[in-house]
Amino acid sequence: MTRRMRNAHFSTQGDGLDPANLIVCPSCDAVFTVHVPDKGERSVCSRCHTVLIAPRKRAGMHIITVSLAVVILIFAAAVFPFMSIDAAGAHNQVSILDAALAFQGGPLFVVSLLTAAMILFIPMLRMLLVIYVLTPLVFDRPPARNAKAAFQASERLRPWSMAEIFVLGCAVSLIKISDIADVALGPAFWMFAVLVVLVVVQDTFMCRWSVWNALEQPRTS
Amino acid sequence: MERAGTAPDIVTARELGVIGCQNCSHVWRAGTRECARCGASLTARDPLSLQRVWAWWLIGLICYIPANMFPMLSTRTLFLTSEDTIVGGAVTLFAHGSYGISIVIIVASVVIPIGKFLAIAFLATSVQRRSLVPQSQRHALYEIVEYIGRWSMIDVFVVAILSSLVQLNTLASVTPGPASLFFALSVIFTMLSAQSFDSRLIWDLESDAQKGSGL
Repeated sequence: MTRRMRNAHFSTQGDGLDPANLIVCPSCDAVFTVHVPDKGERSVCSRCHTVLIAPRKRAGMHIITVSLAVVILIFAAAVFPFMSIDAAGAHNQVSILDAALAFQGGPLFVVSLLTAAMILFIPMLRMLLVIYVLTPLVFDRPPARNAKAAFQASERLRPWSMAEIFVLGCAVSLIKISDIADVALGPAFWMFAVLVVLVVVQDTFMCRWSVWNALEQPRTS
Repeated sequence: MERAGTAPDIVTARELGVIGCQNCSHVWRAGTRECARCGASLTARDPLSLQRVWAWWLIGLICYIPANMFPMLSTRTLFLTSEDTIVGGAVTLFAHGSYGISIVIIVASVVIPIGKFLAIAFLATSVQRRSLVPQSQRHALYEIVEYIGRWSMIDVFVVAILSSLVQLNTLASVTPGPASLFFALSVIFTMLSAQSFDSRLIWDLESDAQKGSGL
């Protein structure tokens, strides 16, 4: 259960000016005293309501397993048939990679690269980076080499991972052509739909503050 | 009930003489250049933030014009070839009775992008001069813009799916048009514009007003 917490646990009163005990809201710059909430609860900024700390029980292991599942699904979804079309005897079947690479001819190829990156490579890269960062932490080992840079990269890439938007795009295309042709969804579509849900699950388990804290103080977390 | 933005007991990092890392929310003394915890560079307030916002905003807006003038995709059937712009395609769909889908297209490709241009312009000007809109509402607007902007990409993905799938030899084929490139670039540039915006600026005027000093 996630319970919303307000400034009860954060106080700017008192003189706990040791930076180690403070946390700054990255969105509005308000300063609070760190109070790590219980697992499953979360602390939010009392001014702008940005979630600051939200630890979950055994989050590391959950995130790693979910991320592995997503990596496998992306591989499979990229190559399996994803949609097929039948109209007046003509038939065509495509994979997600085919769809991404549909923009051809001169400068339009840029769109192919962007699409392939946003729906396949960036989601996959983010998952691999997270696995790389979290695996040593979960097993109480020192952080992996360049773990900080890897985690920062994964966070920076978050808005550019657009698998879920692609799924909605599928729905729109389906409706657009279903009255002029018979369209069928292939296995890759369902894999992709599951993958999108798993990415959301992964994200709800992820507490950035806890990861940075663990990277800073290895073994004690 | 506590009202965000008006709580008098909020102290900001700048007032305390410290800097918060926007990447990992660790606190450092003012003047520190780089966060030793996560390696991100630290700025109390980025003076170039607004310039970057406007630069990306302008390129995004420039790209949005050809995105609407050129065809998004061209459909070739047995006897005729038709080219559709974003709005033209949605109007055709609407005329054929696909109301729901034409509304999705219009919202994702017209309402969201234009709304986003207006919202970013409003946010950027509101921190340059005093605004009557409360901070909490402007912050909420910023979060909406950041969250929703990516969804405009849906139209590019629809073109990708249609033009790979509808390749039925002589019967019908769909090919992407040049607008898809400009539209994709416009979405990317406006996302960069929104990301460049330092949301801490929204809350500054209030703090400055309380202290009686200008920006």
